[in-house]
Amino acid sequence: MSILKNPVVFTANRLRDGESVWLGASGVWVEDINAARVLRNETERDASQALADQADADNIVVEPYAIDVSAQDGVVAPLKFREQIRAAGPTVRLDLGKQAQTHASRAA
Amino acid sequence: MSYLYKDGAFQSDKWLTIDGDQPVPEGEDVIVSLTLFEEHQHALLTRNSGRLGVHLEAAEQLDAIVPHLDKFDVVSLDFPTFADGRAFSKARWLRDQHGYAGEVRAVGDVRIDQVSHMKRCGIDALLVTHQQTIDSLTDIKDPGLQLYYQPSAIDGETKAGGRAWARRA
Amino acid sequence: MYRYDEFDREFVTSRVAQFRDQVERRVSGELSEDNFKPIRLQNGVYLQLHAYMLRVAIPYGTLNSRQMRMLAHIARTYDRDYGHFTTRQNIQFNWPKLTDIPDILEDLASVEMHAIQTSGNCIRNVTADHFAGASSDEIADPRPYAEILRQWSSNHPEFAFLPRKFKIAVIGAPHDRAAMQFHDIGLEMRRNAAGNLGVAVYIGGGLGRTPMVGKLVNDFVAEEDLLSYVEAILRVYNMNGRRDNKYKARIKILVHETGLDELKQSIDAEFERIRDGVLKLPDADVRSIEAYFAAPKFELLSDRSSLLEAAKADDKSFTRWVDRNVSAHKQSGYGIVTVALKSTGEAPGDASASQMDVLARLGEQYSFDELRISHEQNVILPHVRLDDLKAVYDDLVANGMAAPNAGLITDIIACPGLDYCALATARSIPVAQEIGERFADLDRQNEIGDLKLKISGCINACGHHHVGHIGILGVDRRGEELYQVTLGGSGDEHAAIGEIVGRGFSKDEISGAVETIVDTYLAKRLADDESFLDAYRRIGAAPFKEALYGPVAA
Ligand code: SF4
Repeated sequence: MSILKNPVVFTANRLRDGESVWLGASGVWVEDINAARVLRNETERDASQALADQADADNIVVEPYAIDVSAQDGVVAPLKFREQIRAAGPTVRLDLGKQAQTHASRAA
Repeated sequence: MSYLYKDGAFQSDKWLTIDGDQPVPEGEDVIVSLTLFEEHQHALLTRNSGRLGVHLEAAEQLDAIVPHLDKFDVVSLDFPTFADGRAFSKARWLRDQHGYAGEVRAVGDVRIDQVSHMKRCGIDALLVTHQQTIDSLTDIKDPGLQLYYQPSAIDGETKAGGRAWARRA
Repeated sequence: MYRYDEFDREFVTSRVAQFRDQVERRVSGELSEDNFKPIRLQNGVYLQLHAYMLRVAIPYGTLNSRQMRMLAHIARTYDRDYGHFTTRQNIQFNWPKLTDIPDILEDLASVEMHAIQTSGNCIRNVTADHFAGASSDEIADPRPYAEILRQWSSNHPEFAFLPRKFKIAVIGAPHDRAAMQFHDIGLEMRRNAAGNLGVAVYIGGGLGRTPMVGKLVNDFVAEEDLLSYVEAILRVYNMNGRRDNKYKARIKILVHETGLDELKQSIDAEFERIRDGVLKLPDADVRSIEAYFAAPKFELLSDRSSLLEAAKADDKSFTRWVDRNVSAHKQSGYGIVTVALKSTGEAPGDASASQMDVLARLGEQYSFDELRISHEQNVILPHVRLDDLKAVYDDLVANGMAAPNAGLITDIIACPGLDYCALATARSIPVAQEIGERFADLDRQNEIGDLKLKISGCINACGHHHVGHIGILGVDRRGEELYQVTLGGSGDEHAAIGEIVGRGFSKDEISGAVETIVDTYLAKRLADDESFLDAYRRIGAAPFKEALYGPVAA
């Protein structure tokens, strides 16, 4: 059981509406990356890979893949900028995407 | 397993496909590869019995078979993937340019969503493997459109709408 | 403009029904993503970073007010209240649900619009000069030909699975406003010695990984042969274009690898074979398509408007807007208005639902119910009385769309980039915004004069950076956004591909680098009216390189 260099989470877009989602702790696809199941070793990753492939085959999500993240104190942050944007929303429209929630509550 | 669809129904395929260097049985209807045809052209064209067909891979051009078209009862065209559309043009060429009247069959990744395009290009037989396509064809569920803005050289087409180029399939 | 007849209506509605069935089959699992993907792409549906994206065709950029209102309705009802006008005269919605898309397409069909072939390896939406039918330098309106080509290419059974996407543009004036020579096929309308109308045909132009200027393959194809000739090109391409490598699959590579002369022989042979066949265009049919594009009922007006002069006299901002955003119309007393969707801080090409409604109203009230989308991501009101310009302007001011910057450095083209696009390597919009802010001072913009700045978020070049006078390409260098600068590109009749000036710049540096380039130009130009591009062509890249990177050791 070898430890991964970086922890990973699985992500995809949901088939019906295209929302970016992450594979959550309970095996459900979640809209908040912080609720994603963080995988730290190969065994965990392979198990999640199987779940992700199954969700793909079951037409719940489209083309799932694993991304490298850092995970500390319940905050999951993708290492790649592209994935950071997916997890937050367009950097030029803070009122849209996942970040809209935080943005709205901050503005309130 | 693949099934032959022609004239609106599945039917048994009388044609034997000869792979690679297999011997060509006398008396049988055979579809041979282009390579085999080119290598044994004389023997194949002078067989005593059994009809002849030829199969073209997607990258193979029509040129080599054009002089002998009247000898072929079937020209089989390969669709290696859904996205490879070369055989559409070849079918059109066979029909429009050479007036080929034999069977033009589509082989390979034949999918229901392309069937109407294939027909429109002059393909009149399908060798189908894809289960959903088999099911849809059985149910006569062709999702293709029946309206075309592209006239074809096929005889007897009538104009639709008010323009020279609009057609109802 | 063109109106659907029964046949067109039935065609589009059956296509919607077909796609509805396909979406249902996808959601139920009958169609796998592999099989569905080419189908959804041919209906304009992409899967992007945050959501699906729907690209709706605006054929040759022409639409009426009712259609514009429908776009607003779609933005409001199914999306997040805005849309993005693209460099291919289309509009993209960034957040639709897959399961809503059949309904959206049905709404679009009700106003004679669709999303057919806005993506996929097929013949894409045909584009044309956005000043068609209005500009003073026009030989003929290119839209009838574009419409005939649109019909012929719609659901073409033979060309639905080409080696790669295929773009066609048509222009009808010597001044090329549609980047015609950067299309797979570019058509320039001409008259021959006998005075008959036809087209000069260019092939193999394109941007992307291997930018190339289109090559003249035939200097006059008669009108009746338009479809036969284009079909001949497509057939040769479909059979011979490379399919082993998607980066080498465009027709430009076939032209390059085969050689123009040899390819021309194949095209001509195919053309000769089919030219007297079913595709020959009957004169009556062309004329009846043409009739749809007949000029509106213009009033007979003087070419001087005292109302306009008076308004200009006491409003400097208005004067500035008129000078930049109103172009000469062929009909005296009228002007062509460019509504620049490039206000400081906005994403180039984005318009909110309420702005679309305003534009629809203005089109209805002041421009014979007609609007255009330009490949420069602006909206055009093609036929406005000079007397009405002030009223139009005031309305635009009230709705945040009166940027007086058409053709200036802040009239930036930018693709969606990494903020939305799944293929992107870097962001485009924030770079456009930063440059917009840096050059916000209008006096300075006007002092700089004509300057086309274009930004792409990856090598696919949707932001046309290769043909920007200043082009910016965002790349990814070890996880950091890096911006490469090209200079001297041009998409007009003097087509040129920009040259890379040197090493790239970080996101923090890029707008400063643009400023350095502009300052260098200002210092080196011979006179105020020597444009950036002219100056660059005269002095070359060296002074800019030196300003950006320091003196080069000899
Ligand atoms: S240029 Fe690249 S990043 Fe920009 S829209 Fe096109 S594919 Fe996306």
